[in-house]
Amino acid sequence: MNLLEWLNLLLTDYTLRTVALGAATLGVTSGALGTFAMLRRQSLLGDAMSHAALPGVIIAFMLTGSKSPEVLMGGAAVAGILGTLTLIVITRYSRIKEDSALGIVLSVFFGFGLMLLTFLQRNPDARQAGLSTFLFGQAATLLERDVWVMGIFGGGALLLMLIFWKEFKLLSFDRDFGASLGLPMVMLDVLLTTLLVVAIVIGLQAVGVVLMSAMVVAPAAAARQWTNRLGLMALLAAIFGAMSGVGGAMISSTGEGLSTGPVVVLVASGIVIVSLFLAPNRGLVWSAWRRQKNRRQLRVETVLYDMYRLAQQHDDWDYPHEVAVLQAMNLNQGGVRNSLRKLAERGLVTEKGNGLWSLTQSGWEQAMNLFKKGGSA
Amino acid sequence: MSAAVEIQLIAVVVAAACALPGVFLVLRRMAMMSDAISHTVLLGIVLTFFVLRDLESPWLILGAALMGVVTVSLVELLNGTRLVKEDAAIGLVFPALFSVAVILISKYAHGVHLDSDAVLLGELAFAPFDRWTILGIDLPHALVVMSGVLILNIIFIALFYKELKLATFDAGLAATLGLSPVIVHYGLMTIVSITAVGAFDAVGAILVVAMMITPAAAAYLLTDKLEWMLGWSVLLGAASGVSGYWLAAWLDANIAGSMATMTGVLFVVVFLVAPERGVVALARRRARQKWEFAQTALAIHLWHHEGTPAYAEECRVEHLTEHMHWEADFAEALVQRAQKAGVVTRRGNDLYLTDNGRLLAREMLSY
Repeated sequence: MNLLEWLNLLLTDYTLRTVALGAATLGVTSGALGTFAMLRRQSLLGDAMSHAALPGVIIAFMLTGSKSPEVLMGGAAVAGILGTLTLIVITRYSRIKEDSALGIVLSVFFGFGLMLLTFLQRNPDARQAGLSTFLFGQAATLLERDVWVMGIFGGGALLLMLIFWKEFKLLSFDRDFGASLGLPMVMLDVLLTTLLVVAIVIGLQAVGVVLMSAMVVAPAAAARQWTNRLGLMALLAAIFGAMSGVGGAMISSTGEGLSTGPVVVLVASGIVIVSLFLAPNRGLVWSAWRRQKNRRQLRVETVLYDMYRLAQQHDDWDYPHEVAVLQAMNLNQGGVRNSLRKLAERGLVTEKGNGLWSLTQSGWEQAMNLFKKGGSA
Repeated sequence: MSAAVEIQLIAVVVAAACALPGVFLVLRRMAMMSDAISHTVLLGIVLTFFVLRDLESPWLILGAALMGVVTVSLVELLNGTRLVKEDAAIGLVFPALFSVAVILISKYAHGVHLDSDAVLLGELAFAPFDRWTILGIDLPHALVVMSGVLILNIIFIALFYKELKLATFDAGLAATLGLSPVIVHYGLMTIVSITAVGAFDAVGAILVVAMMITPAAAAYLLTDKLEWMLGWSVLLGAASGVSGYWLAAWLDANIAGSMATMTGVLFVVVFLVAPERGVVALARRRARQKWEFAQTALAIHLWHHEGTPAYAEECRVEHLTEHMHWEADFAEALVQRAQKAGVVTRRGNDLYLTDNGRLLAREMLSY
């Protein structure tokens, strides 16, 4: 299938369109809100929240017998918030550290959810079928109604994020300053955390509780590499989130027997890897190239410095020197000829034939400017 | 042995094997590493399985343990680039590796006893059907494997007890004394990985975290001694194992999920009633300190005015509400307590310090 056919299918095929829209919604929401989570070092909080949501989904179903998205998402959100509160209580009222508290909340809530799920599954009642897709997610099970609910909740969360943008920015970067301005930082903290829960909850049906946390971390981590500006970062994270959501959901709905969660996570991870390597300024390739450039620059300047010192000793800037001398001064680190050629290109040295090199007038002047303060190269 | 006894025995052994390294994870603040490792060992199992085409091979444990170490290295590599923080690094590495494993299983390992639900859930109920004969005794496979892991963990901790203790509580001193923190770190991570693989079959990936972290964290609230913490951790883990089994039997639900639930229940109990560090003990200590502080303040107040012309005014009980900003009820209750403690005597509405009370005030002021 080529791109055009894909696009055509996307617009005409009901299932595919629903899946793509749902995945895009969850990607945009979790990407944008994940930005704040990552900057506030709460990347693993998402992990705990999404695992903690499982018993909420099951209990909501047990209480109402309904599998409509707003009921299940509501249950998940309540459980996610309860999990977060438990985490706060544990770290606040005991000496247990955050990492252990995260582990406890994550595993105990999840274990409890599994217990309830298996309890339901062994009762002869077919209505619970499909609840286990919440483990790894199944985008293909999304209905148009589900996507509407996701869109409303996700859109609401994003809207609130935009309304309180400045406050959330302050909360993330300088909480104390915010408090000194008289802003209700605790309330803002609660609000932002709740929005994060919403972002996670709307993705559960498509991506699953086990891997939803990656949708909070990965797009934000990728976006962080490309920019230092919060607004741009959130925008990029939303785009990356949507790309992974749509890409992953499409791939999994064409392949047989593939849960959506793992595929979405792999697409997101791919975006992270590309960003880590290729992003300008911060990226690994970029910084390796810059380091290389600095090293070369340093080598060239060392040679210029050595020529300058020799010229000083001879009291004659035009005095020609053997390459071998320069190489010896350079402690045989190599690259001297190369550096001389570079300097010659810049018109700072000239070759006086036969492996003899001397400074030019401008080379002498530039070297004086660079080194006359007695600094060493 | 009946199946029920065997399952409980396996549960206890799994719990004990997990609880031991868990103590060090909790103390070293690396609890979430167990989450990462318990997920990624699946990839190790899958990859080793593809090479060997045998799910019984002991090499699976080795391959999976290796993957655990690879996970830790990847997290550190990513962290080392300083492009992402450590928590984000963990959150990036393990979902990716776990996803690869889940996809590989669903694509290429159909019909094998390896499916993603089993990975998460584990199923102890079936453990007694899979049997091995060791030295002429017929035992469940899982019991043999986990006993091996438990013994390995005990040997590791016994052999390197001093090193682990030092590296955990004073990494700087450990490094000065020539103990490589890197070796201790990776040694521990290898043990965690091996335990995670062994426990994987029985309790599933996420519940490994429950068995490692929750009993150890509860034990941390019960004692300040490492030996005791190890003991408590094993005990609480074993108790969760047995009670989890009965809970599961009662509900006809998944045993591992019930065990995890029970670790949570026991944790909550400990969190509330632990002597010294429990919430109840903490609240009571706070309340006692409040009264003690107020009583001392009262003694100082009276001592300060003793023998001055203002004393007749200052020593009246009603005056305390103005001068000390105490509620009338509180002041009244306090005076009664102070009388009982022999700090003040009361004549009508006037308060007088006892010798004891004077001593208390002087002692406090001399600090």
